[in-house]
Amino acid sequence: MKVIEKAYYSPVGKKVAAKAGLSEPPRLRRGRDYPRGPVVLAAPAGSTLVAEALELLGRTSESPVLDTGGDKAPGYGDRIGAVVLDATGLTDLTQLEELRQVLRPAMRAIEGSGRVIIVGSSPEGDWERLALTQALDGINRTVAKELRKGATSNLVYVDPDVTAVDLLPTLAFLLEGRSAFVDGQAWTVRAAGLEEADTVGGPAERPLAGLTIAVTGAARGIGEAIARTLARDGAEIIAIDIPPAGEALANVANDIGGVALQLDITAPDAGERIAALVAGRGGSLHGIVHNAGVTRDKMLANLDQKKWAQVLDINLAAQLRINKVLLDPATQGGLVDGGRIVGVSSMVGFGGNAGQTNYAASKAGVIGLVRAMAPDLAARGITINAVAPGFIETEMTQLIPFVKREVMRRTNSLDQGGKPVDVAETIGYFLDPRAAGVTGQVIRVCGQNLMGQ
Amino acid sequence: MNHDVVVVGGNRVPFTKGGTHYAEASNHDLLTAAIDGLVARYGLAGTRLDEVAGGAVLKHANDFNLTREVVLSSALAPETPAVDLQQACATGLETTMYIANKIALGQARVGIAAGVDSTSDAPIAVSDSLRRILHAASGARTAKDRIGILAKIRPSHLAPVPPRVSEPRTGLTMGEHQAITTKRWGVTREQQDEIAVASHRNLARAWDEGFFDDLVTPYLSLARDGIMRPDSSMEKLAKLKPAFGGPEGTMTAGNSTALSDGAAAVLLASAEYAEENHLPVLARVVDAEVAAVDHPGGSDLLMAPVGATGRLLARQGLTVDDFALVEIHEAFAATVVATLKAWEDADYCRSLGLDGPIGTLDTSRLNVNGSSLATGHPFAATGARIVPSLAKMLAARGPGSKGLISVCAAGGQGVVAILEAV
Repeated sequence: MKVIEKAYYSPVGKKVAAKAGLSEPPRLRRGRDYPRGPVVLAAPAGSTLVAEALELLGRTSESPVLDTGGDKAPGYGDRIGAVVLDATGLTDLTQLEELRQVLRPAMRAIEGSGRVIIVGSSPEGDWERLALTQALDGINRTVAKELRKGATSNLVYVDPDVTAVDLLPTLAFLLEGRSAFVDGQAWTVRAAGLEEADTVGGPAERPLAGLTIAVTGAARGIGEAIARTLARDGAEIIAIDIPPAGEALANVANDIGGVALQLDITAPDAGERIAALVAGRGGSLHGIVHNAGVTRDKMLANLDQKKWAQVLDINLAAQLRINKVLLDPATQGGLVDGGRIVGVSSMVGFGGNAGQTNYAASKAGVIGLVRAMAPDLAARGITINAVAPGFIETEMTQLIPFVKREVMRRTNSLDQGGKPVDVAETIGYFLDPRAAGVTGQVIRVCGQNLMGQ
Repeated sequence: MNHDVVVVGGNRVPFTKGGTHYAEASNHDLLTAAIDGLVARYGLAGTRLDEVAGGAVLKHANDFNLTREVVLSSALAPETPAVDLQQACATGLETTMYIANKIALGQARVGIAAGVDSTSDAPIAVSDSLRRILHAASGARTAKDRIGILAKIRPSHLAPVPPRVSEPRTGLTMGEHQAITTKRWGVTREQQDEIAVASHRNLARAWDEGFFDDLVTPYLSLARDGIMRPDSSMEKLAKLKPAFGGPEGTMTAGNSTALSDGAAAVLLASAEYAEENHLPVLARVVDAEVAAVDHPGGSDLLMAPVGATGRLLARQGLTVDDFALVEIHEAFAATVVATLKAWEDADYCRSLGLDGPIGTLDTSRLNVNGSSLATGHPFAATGARIVPSLAKMLAARGPGSKGLISVCAAGGQGVVAILEAV
């Protein structure tokens, strides 16, 4: 620890930092815990979609306090845990006033790590409806920035045929602590045609029980957290990393009762070797998480062909090659119909970053791959999505010089870096068999970092 | 045999020179790492195996239950029993046969055979005279008596006694014994150096090809064998001075194995168990034979495997040409050359009670991915290193491919075994 870092964390340093506005960041609610306070549900256009989904989750809800006039907004007597706004069915811009009426009294009442969840209709219809759809995004992003103490706001667009069953895993994810570091984001849920029977038991503690999932880059950092989190949810993990990382990889695999595969994912036969292992063990592959990635940072003026090629091959081209093999129906041990592919992008893939042209290209490419492949895989019920982590506290980011690191930590709405488990939980949500309606989506796990879109 | 015994796979830590990378690691640590890597490779965490057999040549007295203690440190179920075996440098092959034989007889269905040695963790004993004084002191009745006895300790008593590397019956080290054999069989410096160069180059090529990706797990951040010299050459080896056999000797540090640290483990199962549990199968354990020679009576210390090979091949009705691959442990490069010469020597073979010469080996089939000169030779681990490597090479050549393993050992002993790809 450098002198400046020690001084910063000393009692005196903490007082000075607090005076300068750098207060101790809030401790986020994580895991499968729901908000402590009640869930407030508002459906201005009379939609019952969210109400039905909450019922399937076994959660009760309360009616909102509305600000219908006067200078002083009415308040809630006590803290509330979450506000869920079912904004589906809104047709004209004046109806946005009804959202204001719900949100204004709630803004000061939401508990620490509480939630605002806005559910809106996917962009469709006339000019006014399209404008309204986009307006929801502006409301969501701003509410996320105004909320304090680790509370978040997120927006879910739903296609017209989406049922409460389709929405259930998304609503559970957003209400629970699993979405702790997902803030100010918007994504879409499509109709997946799941039956109510698929949700029996409500939000299962082990939604991945008995499913085999391959995780690349699983020896340490975010990949290790992914492997451990998915194993916690019941998955049988094939933990993959390069042979030199084998020692840490074996320890992770043994800890979670998984299998270690020492494999360089850029090997021409990497996909075949993963499939052969799965087939040899008599199983089938439910999902693959393409987490392995590297950085070889240089300003473009100094960036040679080797550093360029290495990053693009490991971070992007390798997963495309592996996907092709695993998706070939002739591949024994390949992905099953109804399977899952998850990529790991980065906020740099959205925003770019000086010194990271190669990395930004690869991570933006992951976003492109997700969007390109999703429609083509829909017929087989296979989903493909990606997470885009922001600043996550890992051994790698611990190497960033202190002041720069502290700035990166703080430049988001939650005033702190995320944990590897936050990325892992979002990936677990994608892998949930009930999340069949979530495909082609890229969710940033960044605490609403200022970088990028 | 009632049950087919199959090699599922193996794992070892990278081997390296004693006192270097693993200087702080004990036999217990190394063997735990080797077994944990094997457990991870085959998803066996928490599984109860029927038995683990392991051993070390250089072993501390408080490691009397080394393998069982390692099991308890490992990711295996604590209900997995274990046994310590020791047959000098053949330990890893003998533990393999111990587990294989139990499986063949139906006494076990699945087990691990292993071996470990650390010249860094070698037991250093106190001198006999110091031990006598300490015993007497602990038996003293009064403090005064005790002080009186302890006062007899002299600085010379405090010198530690390292483990003896010489043969107890002859007083000669293994290298000195091999030097006699080297001269007797007319093994030249060039023949030895060629074997050493091939060992390093073949091992380096195998590493570059990824051959060891599913056979080795890095340990303490060492990812490849530490003794390996990919740039080894005849010119470089020619510069080395003789280490054994006097000034005219042909054996050098370059064509003799280095004192090494490492551990290796093999997963063995019955064919039925492997199938039921969806474990891969590389090769079948066909047969094995152990032999000894009368080295105090003048026989070549490290040539016992020759007699074992002849009897094993006769029992199986096989000839040298039936083997796609042969692994002869490179205790010294000269051991390999002398062994191959002995196979061809009708008189020598008859003197061992064999019907005639064993045969001539096409050396392109010998130690094709390197052997102990380049890899290192942690005594008890070597057999458990060779078995899975050979099994994997045979599997790649297709069903029916046969391989022969020959390992010499201290005390004038040797073990040979046959694997066959399935």
